[in-house]
Amino acid sequence: MTIDRDSNVYTIFFAAVMVVLVGGLLAFIASSLKPLQKSNETNEKMQNILQAIGLEEMRELQRDEAGTIFKDFVKRRITINYKGEILSDKNATDAIDPQDKLDAFNIDLRKEYSRFVKPIMSKNKGNDAAMKEALSSSEDIHFPIFVCENNGETFYVLSASGKGLWDDIWGYIGLSSDFTTINGTVFDHKGETAGLGSKINEAYWEDQFVGKIIAENGEFVPLEVKKPGNDLNKHQVDGISGATFTGVGVDEMLSRSMEVYYDFFKNNSEFKSAI
Amino acid sequence: MSEEKKSEPLFSKKNKALITNPLNTINPVTIQVLGICSALAVTVQMDNAIIMSIAVTAVMIIGNVTVSLMRNIIPSKIRIIVQLVIIAALVIIVDQVLKAYVYDVAKKLSIFVGLIITNCIIMGRLEAFALGNKSWASALDGLGNGIGYGLVLIVVAFFKEVFGSGTLTIPGLGKLTLIPESFYDMGYMDNGLMLLPPSSLFIVAIYIWVQKARNPELIED
Repeated sequence: MTIDRDSNVYTIFFAAVMVVLVGGLLAFIASSLKPLQKSNETNEKMQNILQAIGLEEMRELQRDEAGTIFKDFVKRRITINYKGEILSDKNATDAIDPQDKLDAFNIDLRKEYSRFVKPIMSKNKGNDAAMKEALSSSEDIHFPIFVCENNGETFYVLSASGKGLWDDIWGYIGLSSDFTTINGTVFDHKGETAGLGSKINEAYWEDQFVGKIIAENGEFVPLEVKKPGNDLNKHQVDGISGATFTGVGVDEMLSRSMEVYYDFFKNNSEFKSAI
Repeated sequence: MSEEKKSEPLFSKKNKALITNPLNTINPVTIQVLGICSALAVTVQMDNAIIMSIAVTAVMIIGNVTVSLMRNIIPSKIRIIVQLVIIAALVIIVDQVLKAYVYDVAKKLSIFVGLIITNCIIMGRLEAFALGNKSWASALDGLGNGIGYGLVLIVVAFFKEVFGSGTLTIPGLGKLTLIPESFYDMGYMDNGLMLLPPSSLFIVAIYIWVQKARNPELIED
């Protein structure tokens, strides 16, 4: 070989060519696999929402099936803001348009949490009133509601997103038509410790929430994740040993969002009669 | 390793040793003490350990072959960063492909995929072996080290999961319960420490002890 491999010119040339080649290759692969990845994500979200209703026949629902039966169950998609104003209200017959950012299905709670909710929370740490004030005045925070029907019964699937020990956690909560009793939940996480915090997406943990209530005598009562081994009342569930911070995260995200949902149902003329 | 002759059979004694040595005498985890951090982090459940081992082995084989093919054109001044770019690119490709075709596995791996990039075994083999050897030998070396790494991970995961959760999660078979319910009724409790990273250190230490007791030539003075 005649090229001097130690010369600066060769080194810079090599680095430049390598960066262009690798960059091009990665961009090509990422963009050609994007549609497949996107449809996986959409189907998974539909699967989560359907499973959160809490129906026995949904337990073994596969991701691909979820995409096809989603419309049979989810009859309305409503998006509200912190103050309880309806921003978007779609029927099952309205197709989900990926461009419509306000469609309840397109609300990306994880993104909203890290971009808008978290800064407000850390700025107003320790001052709950100021925090609520700041959250309610933000235009960027949305709360999706999926109204589902099965055999004449109505369920409301709500969502929450927050932070566990390492990274994002999120969940879908299915409320019965009394807006108080939880009928089913689905939780998931991005990177909680395997075998500890990661257990929040296991059925035994999710099932603890079934039958718990988020209100008493028309007043909102937050759900609590307790340390394992305590006696539990109707608003409390057992945490996971070794995953205290994941439990704290679930606790926080549920209290924060369920209160908004409950106030909405309580004050909205269409829904309040049921409470 | 010296240069091989063209006529050497694909699985000559020397090439076989490339696969078998990392399992025992030069095991990357227990003897060279590389890649310990991922061995601590991904061993809480057996399925994670198995998937991680496969992913690391795949990245190591492809990375070894790529670097070996490029060994004559890589400028020596920036060889480490070149190796890093190759590993990182491979890991991203693996991640993207998993997300598109086996979404559930991709979700399980999520953070561990990033850990592959920082796994020092891969970088170590690229630097120590692939830069000076032909591609076939490098592929075998990658395979051997990947299996050697996986072996330790699987042994550690076995003890951690059985004594920490009483179960064994095997891909394809689901979660098997190994400790019967009657044990718990009699007062048996899972050992919470086994689920946390420190227990891996104990298990790896016992593994090294057993290994060295059986191979006295591994004992240093």
